[in-house]
Amino acid sequence: MRDLLSIEDLERSDIERIMARAASFAEVGRRDIKKVPALRGRTIVSLFYEASTRTSSSFELAAKRLSADVVSVKSSGSSVDKGESLKDTVATLSAYAPEAIIIRHPHAGAAKLVSEWTEAAVVNAGDGKHEHPSQALLDAYTLLDRFGTIEGADLSDKRIWIVGDVLHSRVARSCALCFRKLGAEVTVCGPPTLIPRGIETALGVEVAHSLDDLGEADVVYALRMQRERMTDTFVPSIREYATAYQIDSRRLGPRQLLMHPGPVNRGIELSPEVIDGPASLITAQVESGLVVRMAILYELLAGGAEPRGAGDTADSELPAPTPIGEPA
Amino acid sequence: MTLRSISELDWRGSGAEPAGSLVIRGARVLDPRSELDAARDVVIREGEIAELAEPGSGAADGAEVIEAEGLTLFPAFFDPHVHLRTPGQEDKEDVETGSRAAAAGGYCGIVGMANTDPPVDTAGDVAALRERAREQAAVPTGFLATVTKGMQGAELSEMVDLAAAGAVGFSDDGLPIANARVMRRALQYQHLVGLPIALHEEDPELSAGGSMHEGEVSAVLGISGVPSVSESVMIARDCALAAYEEARIHVQHLSAFQSVAVIEHAKAYGVEVTCEATPHHLVLTDEAVRSLDSRFKMNPPLRTGADRQSLIEALRTGTIDCIATDHAPHTSNEKEVPFEGAAMGVTGLETAFSVLYTDLVQPGSLELATLIERLGGGAEALGFEAPRIARGAEANLTLCDLEAEWEAGAEGWESRSDNSCFAGRRLNGRVLITVAAGRVAYRQRSFALGVA
Repeated sequence: MRDLLSIEDLERSDIERIMARAASFAEVGRRDIKKVPALRGRTIVSLFYEASTRTSSSFELAAKRLSADVVSVKSSGSSVDKGESLKDTVATLSAYAPEAIIIRHPHAGAAKLVSEWTEAAVVNAGDGKHEHPSQALLDAYTLLDRFGTIEGADLSDKRIWIVGDVLHSRVARSCALCFRKLGAEVTVCGPPTLIPRGIETALGVEVAHSLDDLGEADVVYALRMQRERMTDTFVPSIREYATAYQIDSRRLGPRQLLMHPGPVNRGIELSPEVIDGPASLITAQVESGLVVRMAILYELLAGGAEPRGAGDTADSELPAPTPIGEPA
Repeated sequence: MTLRSISELDWRGSGAEPAGSLVIRGARVLDPRSELDAARDVVIREGEIAELAEPGSGAADGAEVIEAEGLTLFPAFFDPHVHLRTPGQEDKEDVETGSRAAAAGGYCGIVGMANTDPPVDTAGDVAALRERAREQAAVPTGFLATVTKGMQGAELSEMVDLAAAGAVGFSDDGLPIANARVMRRALQYQHLVGLPIALHEEDPELSAGGSMHEGEVSAVLGISGVPSVSESVMIARDCALAAYEEARIHVQHLSAFQSVAVIEHAKAYGVEVTCEATPHHLVLTDEAVRSLDSRFKMNPPLRTGADRQSLIEALRTGTIDCIATDHAPHTSNEKEVPFEGAAMGVTGLETAFSVLYTDLVQPGSLELATLIERLGGGAEALGFEAPRIARGAEANLTLCDLEAEWEAGAEGWESRSDNSCFAGRRLNGRVLITVAAGRVAYRQRSFALGVA
């Protein structure tokens, strides 16, 4: 892998490899000293054109755990504010010869374009409403870890419902594609105004407009309801939406797992009691985010398969990471 | 409405001394309008086709002779819909470069849209553009004026004054006329000015925020869609208004099968409506957008295979009257950005014939004769005599090598912009010479050197 641009691009074997590597980093995370020297001396640029707390901090911490040097650029307060084009910004940052650029951008295809302009490996941290592949990979890891099927990365026989504003959700698109690649059946559920036309064939999912059959789901993945969308009358009111689509303890069965990409609107898509309930994987998702993002950066920069611009011959075996300060 | 001759449009040949005589010898002459498909010597004198003689017998008294055996001679093409970007956006195109691109594509006449910066909405604007065309245009060039002041969609432009200044018609192309009352008044005023009104049909509420066709591909890409019905509902509205006001409308760039159905019904009902389709809508679909390559971003967007087939069928039957390129040059700055942020539009003049010949005629989807007829049909739709090859007709001719194979854009472009969605494509059939109103407007370089 040279870049991580979309789940659509990935082979199942790519996903299996990232899952396995994430598991080995999880093991490192349980040690006292959590840092490994795998990417020492490498430069990683994080370029965020949209607000982000968890994705940017998670990538940044992942890079630091791997001993990489990280430069973070946010659109506000930077040359982007002064009207610099994406192409020029990428050219400027590429002059530092980074090994990777992590980019979030409000438009679909931005990461792919950047990959055409730079020698660095490009990680898509969200492009418009298109894809958010690292989120889908961390969600897959969370589920595989819970089901004990990281080896083989198998989600077959699982049915996953993705509920909420699918239309505007890059998480929904990446997750549906990723879960399908790992063998799960996926249903997307929401009001007709928030389900894109043609999505059944486009993503190979089923569509439901009510929670009546939610009981068939092994996993319920609730999406964030973005309040700003409501000004455009996609739903008549938040109150009515919550009545019809909120996941609460009444609707969530005892054996069903609950996921959410965060940040949660308490009392809208999820009721408070399920967020903190035993079925909730929401905290586990955040923990997975760190090790999966470490695995992604390692895969791109040190994982063999000729990393672009890195110019070294890294070990392509799974790492036996040596924590800094411990005897090798 | 009486049709005017193309040479009445402004260009460098306007008011010049008559051109010297020209003989094109031995080409296969194909003109469906004259029901002609045979080898002929075509003799051109004083701007007109003076003789259509048996091969070898065309008189050549002091004339330039073009040996054209093995080549094909068509009536030249007319594009009712191009963007010349002047005034105000000369970094994209101007009258000289745009008309040169037209000549290179086999066009003997073009009509420029009014959505410039500022828009063409005063008599002075029209006069200045006509003056520019007489200085710079490589082929006869007409200009539309806006339907509404500043293209704001609120008040009618001074249509009578604009007509007197020589606008060849009206259009707010680039934007729809959202307000039905304003649209109706424009149609009422058409009775005063007698000129065509060309319409960009799009319900802006339905298309708001969209960057591509709404369908399976947009569902995967997470890009807001422009539904097909945003086009057809406006066409239906305007056909109803045109019928009511006994007016005549020209519908621009059809993209969806629903639009074809509406036009079919309107024509059957007796509405005076003509319409056009672009080469890109006739040969590409929204599958091309999967690449997120901004060269495939245009308005209306590329639609599905079913829409494309419906357009081809309508072109065959004549429900679609003509082909228009909607030649829309943009700078690389506006295209080298993520798809959703990119400018809408593609160039098309230099590739139209070859693309349609390669992708429609050669696979057997369209007769060559039909293609030629539709490439000239834009003239009649906008009030001009369609180019034809007949004795006494104005000499508007395109000489092509149907055997030639070339790569689009490999030798650069005549247009100032290179946002062609066909760049890099291997194409068959190439324009070698374009004659507009009796003058050679374009000569392909290798052919001029005698190596074709």
